[in-house]
This record gives sequence, structure tokens and C-alpha cells, in this order.
Amino acid sequence: MDWSALRLSLELSFWTMLILLPVGIFLGRHLAWTQFRSKSVVEALLTLPLVLPPTVLGFYLLVAMGARSPIGQAYESLFGQQLSFSFAGLLIASLIFNLPFAIQPMQRAFEAIPQEVREAARCCGLSPWRILRRIELPLAWPGILSALVLTFAHTLGEFGVVLMVGGSIPGETRTIAISIYDRVQAFDNQAAATMSAVLLIISLAAISLSYFATSRLGKRHDHV
Amino acid sequence: MSEGLHVDLTQDNPIPLAAQIHCAPGEVLALVGPSGSGKSTLLRSIAGLYKPNAGVIRCGEEVWFDSSRSVNMPTAQRRVGMVFQNFALFPHLSALENIAEAMLDYPHKERIERARSMLARVHLEGLEKRLPRQLSGGQQQRVAVARALAREPKVLLLDEPFSAVDRGTRESLYNELAELREELNMPMLLVTHDLDEATLLADRMSILNVGKTLQTDTPDQLLAAPHSAEVAKLLGMRNVFSGRVIRHEAKHSIVAWGEHELRVRLRGDFEEGTSIYWAMPTSGVLLMPSRSHESETLDNEIPVRIVTMLALGEQFRVTLQTGQDRVTMNVPRHIAQRYALAEDQHINVRLRGETVHLMALEG
Repeated sequence: MDWSALRLSLELSFWTMLILLPVGIFLGRHLAWTQFRSKSVVEALLTLPLVLPPTVLGFYLLVAMGARSPIGQAYESLFGQQLSFSFAGLLIASLIFNLPFAIQPMQRAFEAIPQEVREAARCCGLSPWRILRRIELPLAWPGILSALVLTFAHTLGEFGVVLMVGGSIPGETRTIAISIYDRVQAFDNQAAATMSAVLLIISLAAISLSYFATSRLGKRHDHV
Repeated sequence: MSEGLHVDLTQDNPIPLAAQIHCAPGEVLALVGPSGSGKSTLLRSIAGLYKPNAGVIRCGEEVWFDSSRSVNMPTAQRRVGMVFQNFALFPHLSALENIAEAMLDYPHKERIERARSMLARVHLEGLEKRLPRQLSGGQQQRVAVARALAREPKVLLLDEPFSAVDRGTRESLYNELAELREELNMPMLLVTHDLDEATLLADRMSILNVGKTLQTDTPDQLLAAPHSAEVAKLLGMRNVFSGRVIRHEAKHSIVAWGEHELRVRLRGDFEEGTSIYWAMPTSGVLLMPSRSHESETLDNEIPVRIVTMLALGEQFRVTLQTGQDRVTMNVPRHIAQRYALAEDQHINVRLRGETVHLMALEG
């Protein structure tokens, strides 16, 4: 059992989820309620990671973050270390890869709030911040929660992008999914089985939690 | 004339608007028109939920919208109370919280107390903790009204507030609103497509079509003297026809209508020979009893054929054919039976000239 890989995976999942929470709320809400000319282009771009092979996405990210790329060089001059094959690089890749998982459920959730309800809130004199906090977020919460769980579980099991961008540096970029692969390559099926089971249990728990919470919240928010 | 609500809006696209309304404090003004007539857009403009291209919206001394000076006060600052068509209650908040949410100007404790008394005012004591979906349609409407009033609004805007409740509930809500309005001293706008509702609740009615306010008057005045055939038809008047003023006599005017000449109220303001529209309420058509009529009245005897007889509760709506036109009258059931009225029957009816209203072709 590779505990450091598990911890790394959990950390990566946690940070991806945490950073995508405000990003998803902002973008999902914006996409749900505003019409603009390039909306379908933006939506298509945000969905792209869903259909692109992880190795292809990983390859482009690797090129973009590599030591010779402007981004890679800027990062290195700022922080004195390489972006690719680092945890930070992995996190950036993970954020991009998870955009559709975070944004789409949130967008659907915001779309489900009737326009009249938001207008009523404005007529009641609520500030935009209060409307978000008191009306929109509680109503969109089931969607937001399932977006978070999806993102978390998805990051936990991601393999292709992680391998391309991060490689397999113990304690830095070797996630549990990579570790399982390594163990199998080394004919250590016992360890691979243990880790697979742990991953399975965590994923199952997360998804169950999400379904349970969503259905309960859904019932509570069911309106006529 | 700074009192009350003044609205004057114009735009061509995307929704045509040419609306002028004034609503005094304490007055209920109904905006009446078919769907798509722009009445909801007008209401939403007043609330600041829709930004029209050009015009002015003023409430008392406050300018809420003035395109020429680029003034467009945000909704939250306008202090409007709005009751939405589907009530738009906050589905995750209790009845009490829904109302309290509109009173953020007050500290929390006072807010709750006031929300409680607002609920009592709309007869919903004891239902404070219920969520909107646990309330009936009528109860939801009352919460929506209480929430709209909770902010002590400067205008009360009601957007088809009775369309989402059943008929029985509607009757009692009419009464409640009629009671409530006696205590309110703000301009109140009621959007509706239901003429009876408007007649019942409103002091004045503004008739809208394609975004244009065609005529604003008391319900009685509107029905007695619509400005144009368009208004008459929007008011649901069935008997609107075209004709021509032939001549004026001492006490009445003569109007040509198909092959008939009708004696109607004197209208010297129309020149002889002018083509006109004329309208008459269904109550202006009477069955012709077989006694001779007094020549003093403006009754016009017309032979007609009964085309259809539609039973509507206690009455028959009878359609009569004469020449190219169809006249509608309402006949109480027992009268229809006494005269043995039947479809395809040929009878004579009286058109009461006093009830005939003449309108210019260009409204």
C-alpha cells in the first residue's frame, strides 16, 4: 500500500475541488443566465476535456507548461522550479481537465432556478450578494454538491493526464492511480489489488453521498 | 401632477411600446389587453426588470427611469412591491422567511415580528413555518401579496395575480384584495387579460394592444364610449360594425348600416356622409314584442335570422344574421322558452339607438 500516493491523490482532488468551486459557480451561473454571441463556442470549449483522449490533453498541457514554453519559463523565474512534473503543474492540468465536471452540473442547477424567483428577490430589495447567498446558492446546492463530488472522484482516478504531465515522482506527482499501474508493472498484484479496493471504496462512498444528498435536497426544494 | 406613478415609454424593438399611464396614490389601475399586448413588459419596466429604449418613469418626486438623462435606478432601490404570476416565492424559505426577506431594512427581531403581523393581515396565522409547496394556491398568493407589501412599497404591481388559482379561490381573493386596497395609499397596477376582474377591482382601466395604451378610463366609460373599434373589440364587445352617418335630425342622427337606416343618439360632431364604426352592447338588442313601439324612443326594428343559440348558464347567447353582419344578444333562458326561439327562425329585433356609440374610422 502506497500511502504517500493515496495522500497525494486526496490532496490533488481536494485542491482541484476547492479551486473549481468558485470558478464553477461563477462560470456556471454566468452561462446559465446570460446570452452572448460566442456562448456555444465557450460551452463547446469547456466540454472538450470530456471527449478529448486524456493523453492528447496531457500532451498539449505538457507542451504548454514545459521548461521551454512561456508559461513554464514564467513559472520557473517566479518560483525557481519547473512547472511540469511538479504538483503545481499537476494541479493546473487537473483543474483544466475537470472543468466540464464542475461547470456543467452547476450550470444546470442555476438554469433550474426560475427567472421570476430571481426577479422577486430583486423586487424585495436584496443586494446581488444577498441574492446569491440567500436564494441562488441554497437552490443550486444539489447541483453544486454533485459537481464537487464528481470532480473529486474523477481527479482521484485520473491516469492519462497525470502520467503525461506529472510522470511518476514519488511524493510529488505519483498519484494512487499511477502507483497501481506501477505495482502491476512490477508484478506486485497484491499491492495493486489493495490500492484498487481503497480507490473503489472512496469513489463509491463519494458518489453515494452525492446521490443521497441530492435526492434529499431535491425533495426539500421541490417546488410546485 | 407629481403625485403617483407616471409612465411614458416608447420603443419599436424588440417589443413595441407606446405607453402613457398615470396612477394616483390609492388608485387601482388595470392594464388590460390580450397576451402579447405588452402589459407585462410595461409592469416589468416599472419594476426595473426590463429596460425600455426611451421614456420616463417617475414615482412621486423620484425619477426611476429617464432615457434622456440616462437615469435607470436599479430594481432594489425602486421600492416596488410585485406579485408575480406564479407568485415566485422562494421555494426553500418558509412563509414567514419569505416575507421577512423583503424587510432587510429592519433588524432581525423586528423583521420577524413584522412578518408575523403581515401574515396575520392576509389571514395566514399559524402557517408561518410552512414551505411554499405546502401551501395551497390561494395561500401562496396571499404570501406573495404580503411579501410585496412587506417592503412598504411606493407602488404595488400585480402581474396576473389570480391566474394561477382556481375559480372558487379567486372569488375570495378578489374580496380580500378589495378590502386590502382600502388600507393602501400607493398607486396599484393590476395586469390582467380578464375584463371582469378588471371591472371588479380597478378604478380605471387602460386598454393595451401591441404595446400601445389605446384608452384609459373608468370601466363604465370605456364600455359606454370606446374611442375606437379596436378598443371596443378588445373590450369584448361583439356588436361592432361599420356604417355611415347620413344626416342629423333635431334629436337624433341617422346611420346607414347595410340596407338599414338606424336612428341613434345625436352625434353632430360627425359630418354627414362620414364613414364610421358603431358599437352597441349586447344589452342594446331586444326581442321585439308584438306590440307597437312608441315613436319617441330610438328603437330600430330589424328583421333577422337566428344563426346560433349558445347556452351560457342562465342565458342564451343568440347570434342573429342580417345582411352581411352578425349581431349578438343575450336572452334569459325563460324568455327564450316563452318566445320559443330556435335556430333558423326569422324574427324581428329592436336595436336601441340610445346605446349605439359612434367611432371615427381612425381611432
